[in-house]
Amino acid sequence: MPGLRQGRTMTLISATGLSVRHGGQLALSGVEFAISAGEIVTIVGPNGSGKSTLIRALIGLEHAASGQVMRRAGLQIGYVPQRLHIDATLPLNVRRFLSLPRRVSDTAAAAALARTGVEGLERRQMAALSGGQFQRVLLARALLARPAILILDEPTQGLDQPGIAAFYRLLAEIRAETGCAVLLVSHDLHVVMSASDRVICLNGHICCEGAPRVVSAAPEYRALFGLGTGGTMALYQHVHDHDHESGPEHGPEHGHHRSHDHDHPHGHEAHHAG
Amino acid sequence: MLDDFLLRAALAGLGLTLATGPLGAFVVWRRMAYFGDATAHAAILGVALAFGFGVSVYLGTIAVALGMAITVAGLHGRGHAMDATLGVLAHAALAFGLVAASFLTEVRVDLSAWLFGDILAVSRGDLLVVWAGAALVLALLLWRWQALLTATVNEELAVAAGLDPRRETLVLTLALALVVAVAIKIVGALLIAAMLIIPAAAARRLTHGPETMAAAASLIGAVAVLAGLYASLRFDTPAGPSIVAASACIFAALLLAPRGRS
Repeated sequence: MPGLRQGRTMTLISATGLSVRHGGQLALSGVEFAISAGEIVTIVGPNGSGKSTLIRALIGLEHAASGQVMRRAGLQIGYVPQRLHIDATLPLNVRRFLSLPRRVSDTAAAAALARTGVEGLERRQMAALSGGQFQRVLLARALLARPAILILDEPTQGLDQPGIAAFYRLLAEIRAETGCAVLLVSHDLHVVMSASDRVICLNGHICCEGAPRVVSAAPEYRALFGLGTGGTMALYQHVHDHDHESGPEHGPEHGHHRSHDHDHPHGHEAHHAG
Repeated sequence: MLDDFLLRAALAGLGLTLATGPLGAFVVWRRMAYFGDATAHAAILGVALAFGFGVSVYLGTIAVALGMAITVAGLHGRGHAMDATLGVLAHAALAFGLVAASFLTEVRVDLSAWLFGDILAVSRGDLLVVWAGAALVLALLLWRWQALLTATVNEELAVAAGLDPRRETLVLTLALALVVAVAIKIVGALLIAAMLIIPAAAARRLTHGPETMAAAASLIGAVAVLAGLYASLRFDTPAGPSIVAASACIFAALLLAPRGRS
């Protein structure tokens, strides 16, 4: 049965019945997850909803309390962590950082930096980079491993809206060029990367899952997303079939997370009430 | 002028700095200073036990230092409050070592040699052990260099790249125990950590890459060994502390000197 076989090898990482404990607390429970080759998946959820925990469990940084995580044998993961603190006592320039853990040629390093829009930074110390440059250098390093999947933990944190749009465009281009899957975490519940094939809303468990709504050209959307985002962002409509009101894990942040002053056409609360 | 014992002392010190440079750089980058102290202090207990059981001092120190280093690394993995725990372990090991040594008349006479080192009494056999140990540590670090550096920059990046950071921690733990065992005769248990940290911290002021920093740490350590030995001869001061004092002077001079290009 070649079809079945193919289907199995196309799955890069999957989790079945995955639960993770932090001390006594259940950080994740009963998560079913799979990502296929070339797919872009965005995980959204409020702070403390277990987004980073899920990513860490998928990579192998967290142990499953129950359930299991399967990674395709020999899977190359390009990981871009949320934060990376480089100790001030460690002198490390961009060029040297790109050669960790595998040494790469100068040509390959320069090409990776150019691809992520930070060409010519080789001699700069990592500690001297701006937040946006740092993020792109991390991405360049991840790309040098020729990953089958890129995993990014809140990569747009600290970027302004044009910065986020440019970063999303870059990720979409990289997927188109290399065919690598992209797994992305965002704390923005409603505005996601429009190239996402799927959006997963997480809050200790998977609340809902679906495709994002690509933002139309209507003026109210333009006003919402600002100019120059070039259709890189999309709305995600949550359809929750359960209620969190009595749940202890449900924080007040589950509603509108961003401080947009807008009339959201598909408000989170509205669906909760139903 | 260049007496035989002085030549042996210089060669022993220079051999040691081959290992303390790169290892010291990792100790500084990973903030393992207290870790080094705990391991080195445990060596005194190793000396006492070695005399008590009549085995080689090198064997005793390396066994106890390795035991301590693995204990500390294990506690670190389990997320204990490290500062207090390391303080307890470092000083308890020293105290128990001194108490144990007090039962042995042979060691008691010579205790200051183990605490502060006795580089001028280094024999040909010791010289061989120092160079072999330092070469082994250097080879170990060079072999694991890329993985060690990746795990030091970020453990998550290392895991995502298929490395096991615990294995790299174990490599450093083993290297530390080896260095403690060969360094105790040269600078003594109390000042081994200083030989690791001070030259590396001084080298940070001069360098812009991890490899150059490790090499510069060895070089600064070597200069400190020669300067310390000279001072020891000239002013009749204890050799081990003089070497550490010399490296501290180099560190201070670099700290006060205006920084070059950045």
